[in-house]
Amino acid sequence: MTLPPSELTGLTIAAGRDGLRAKAFSAEELTIAHLHAIEALNPRLNAYLSVGHSQAMEQARAADAALAQGDTRPLLGIPLAIKDLFCTTGVRTTAGSEILMPFVPPYESTVTEQLLRDGAVFLGKTNMDEFAMGSSNMTSHYGPVENPWKRRQDANAVLVPGGSSGGSAAAVAARLAMGATGTDTGGSIRQPASFCGLVGAKPTYGRCSRWGVVAFASSLDHPGPITRTVRDAAILLGSMSGHDPKDSTSANVPVPNFEAACDRSIKGLRIGVPKEYRSDGMPGEIETLWRQGVDWLREAGAEIVDVSLPHTKYGLATYYIIAPAEASSNLARYDGVRFGLRTDGEDLRDLYERTRAKGFGAEVRRRIMIGTYVLSAGYYDAYYLRAQKVRALILRDFTEVFEQVDALLTPTAPSAAFAQGEKMDDPITMYLNDLFTVPADLAGVPAASVPCGLDADGLPLGLQVIARPFDEETMFAVATALERAADFSALPTLRAGGDWESDVKDYLDKLAGA
Amino acid sequence: MALDSATVRRIATLARIHMDDAEVATLAGELNSILGWIEQLNEVDVTGVDPLTGGAHMALKLREDVVTDGGYPERILYNAPDRSGDFFAVPKVVE
Repeated sequence: MTLPPSELTGLTIAAGRDGLRAKAFSAEELTIAHLHAIEALNPRLNAYLSVGHSQAMEQARAADAALAQGDTRPLLGIPLAIKDLFCTTGVRTTAGSEILMPFVPPYESTVTEQLLRDGAVFLGKTNMDEFAMGSSNMTSHYGPVENPWKRRQDANAVLVPGGSSGGSAAAVAARLAMGATGTDTGGSIRQPASFCGLVGAKPTYGRCSRWGVVAFASSLDHPGPITRTVRDAAILLGSMSGHDPKDSTSANVPVPNFEAACDRSIKGLRIGVPKEYRSDGMPGEIETLWRQGVDWLREAGAEIVDVSLPHTKYGLATYYIIAPAEASSNLARYDGVRFGLRTDGEDLRDLYERTRAKGFGAEVRRRIMIGTYVLSAGYYDAYYLRAQKVRALILRDFTEVFEQVDALLTPTAPSAAFAQGEKMDDPITMYLNDLFTVPADLAGVPAASVPCGLDADGLPLGLQVIARPFDEETMFAVATALERAADFSALPTLRAGGDWESDVKDYLDKLAGA
Repeated sequence: MALDSATVRRIATLARIHMDDAEVATLAGELNSILGWIEQLNEVDVTGVDPLTGGAHMALKLREDVVTDGGYPERILYNAPDRSGDFFAVPKVVE
């Protein structure tokens, strides 16, 4: 082995790809390094719900054989983690829910199919909030995920990785995968990326197929990548994107070369700073970092414009009508009859009701109840129809502002990672996490979070770049400019290679004992 | 408009979720707090605004009304909690 395992797990996707092509190391070595790291750290982090050792090794060997033939597929031999919301053929897919505990899909989601087409190695399926409903990974039926980052003054506090793609974010931050898939319905890619010092990119609605992704809120669900660099996000998104006839909302538009867009200059671009992206109690250091981000983009040649998106503050309330309404409809399929958990009852109806009471956790039941209520006779116009109209106004805000500017810069989240158990007192406190991420989901516009600094506790903070529909290229160009200026090099406390020797020793001891 | 226990029970029935009395009471409180917070949307003037129904302004596509998939009952029934031949099995519905 030409590189020690700790350096292999630290590579970016771009460097891994180049190293594999240059035969500096093999896909098998790269995959083994990650599988060992998972063995060592996952029992603590709970980032992966399942690990596919033998499948990953088979894929890695196939990649090595292809590499030897000069194959240059974009992800050949790159080990990735897959959020457990993506159906994977023959591999249990739970959506973080008890109701799907026995579910083994007989088909592959379009997004994961495309990653496999491009040569990726799948290490395993990652933990998540149940049905992607949550901002802390605390609603998973399979237990919380530990954020690999620690507070400087309070290293014993166990922090959340954010959510709902919390397992994906923790896995990539701890170097247990080179990149991961996530999904973003109200911020579930960008908020965990911000909490874990990572890049999270939510593309335009319709850019990535939703086929085979367990549905939460169909008009809001966006698959996308979580990675350690902007370039890596561009590489992964390139493979995940493209028209899919199996998803009626998939956009039939060409997929540009996102990676090339990372090298674009932002000189002359107009960047909007929306005054509404502030909240009561938002730490001053987030405001300061935002101003710093504005200065960085100005220094890189962009023109800064103060703008207004007047309906921003209504985004969350709109979201908490539309998302539960769609969820109550989508989750009607879990009835204990065709797949998933069944709890017997006195008759068929009792079987439905007991299966759903047992199989869904508290947050999911709450959202189904809200959704059922706002869609019920007598309340539909007052809640659901009104929310759809406010959603139209939120989209109009973005459409008008993008006549003046090429992209927007905002904070990603109103706080850094918080501790497990915090913000659990009432549902709305948790919902407020998504204040700055929800509008881009409602409008379907692309948005990415980039790690830009640390707070006083030493925890990462992200800034968000929002761009025009189907202009992910500008999003990646601006995100790269931020990344270069921020030069974010801090590392989480818990990571592969942090204390590699003892990790390997523990692993070998365990194997010997087994 | 505050939700009472009877309304929560009615919604639970519509949603086909079994619920005991304690949970009805807890949920009534939580749902009222969430719906109260959502009331802020009443401040917004939506006169003359068309509702946005989908994730983007796109017309849904049509395809030919033909069978393009199927013919593999074993795959379809693979995850069934109970089956009878090539059918999903449920408790008796009609006496």
